[in-house]
Amino acid sequence: MKQFSNRYIFIFSTVMVISVATLLSLAATLLQPAQEKNLEIEKKKSMLESIGVPATRDNTEDLYDKYIKESFVLNPKGESVDGVDAFTVVLRNEQKKPIEDQYLPVFRAIPDDGEKVLILPVEGKGLWGPIYGYVSLKSDMSTIYGVTFDHKGETPGLGAEINTSAFEGMFPGKKLFDNGTFVSIQVHKGGAGPNDIHGVDAISGGTITSKGLEKMLLDCISKYNDYLFKNRN
Amino acid sequence: MGNLENEPMFSARNLKLFTAPLGMNNPITVQVLGICSALAVTVKLKPAIVMALSVTIVVAVSNAIIAAMRQYIPDRIRIIVQLVVIATMVIFVDQFLRAYVFDVSKQLSVFVGLIITNCILMGRLEAFAMVNKPWPSFIDGIGNGAGYGIILIIVAFFRELLGSGTIYGYPVFEKLGFYSIGYENNGMMILPPMALIVVGFIIWFQRSRDNSLVEK
Repeated sequence: MKQFSNRYIFIFSTVMVISVATLLSLAATLLQPAQEKNLEIEKKKSMLESIGVPATRDNTEDLYDKYIKESFVLNPKGESVDGVDAFTVVLRNEQKKPIEDQYLPVFRAIPDDGEKVLILPVEGKGLWGPIYGYVSLKSDMSTIYGVTFDHKGETPGLGAEINTSAFEGMFPGKKLFDNGTFVSIQVHKGGAGPNDIHGVDAISGGTITSKGLEKMLLDCISKYNDYLFKNRN
Repeated sequence: MGNLENEPMFSARNLKLFTAPLGMNNPITVQVLGICSALAVTVKLKPAIVMALSVTIVVAVSNAIIAAMRQYIPDRIRIIVQLVVIATMVIFVDQFLRAYVFDVSKQLSVFVGLIITNCILMGRLEAFAMVNKPWPSFIDGIGNGAGYGIILIIVAFFRELLGSGTIYGYPVFEKLGFYSIGYENNGMMILPPMALIVVGFIIWFQRSRDNSLVEK
């Protein structure tokens, strides 16, 4: 192997780093609009999935306008906050604020069966990174109408199973309130009993993700407690 | 190796670069590289296939890039240069997928990080691409990626079949009516240690067929 002078090594590494940095930042900047558009469609698509409307990338925008009727932002006391667009609220940033300053986005939708549905976004921690999703509630504000979950990088085949229909399918019909008290949904290792209306089965080999999901539901939805309690019927 | 001028693109020697890692010199079962990701992504067939393809592409292209600039890379910082090439490649591909093929990028999510840390990549760059021409290096990359992928897919096949009772998401055992006669999925197969044991079986099988691989 040829011997290189220190000077050469310095120049080589400087040139390498600068060209790689230029290349990557150029790629990131040029591709950003397309990436953001994808994220927006993805967000709308998951909201639609939580009310049982299957959407493809092409018809997501139309279906979103058709089904999602209204959106607004609440504070943790359950009062509505003006001047904030619910769609642009980033839950991760809200969770860093003190609880009384947090914005809580709510979306109202009417699926084909005419049920008046409330869609609440949730976000928490899995094993490797964030997990997030949407929980939709029937008009009694307690029964789950549908859910959709997703994750940034849970282990494929284990924690990543939270976004499968097998897991999400256990949620509809479960109840968040027990005689007016908020109990959330528990994720049971070894399986929830057949008559457990507040519990679902955990994922084998995905214990930490399952626990994270349970905590996410408890933390995020309990903030809506006052609003849900006041508006139930 | 690779010093002859005007060598045909698919000469016997170049083809051997491709076939050797599939059997005799397999990165997982013989060189014992890339075990970590082999344990992580083999619970289901689908992620295993995605991972196999991604690693093959990345190792082949970064092999070719490193081989093309091998004479200009200072020996003392070669590992850093190799790492920069791999990381740049992977991030570049990731950015593109995220902009144009969003669904694939979502499936790849965790793999992107795993590709960068895969020992096979660094192993091939250091052992092969640093001393060979771009084209043989490219073939060597494809071969090693494929050799890695084959083992991944075999392991994933058994783990998914025995652990979840499905093949590529299709519920085989349910359709065959196994559950109604009392068969149950083996939950152990889902856990990472079983991947190691399955890899062990493959190594055992391979060495019992080919004695030259057995260490003295």
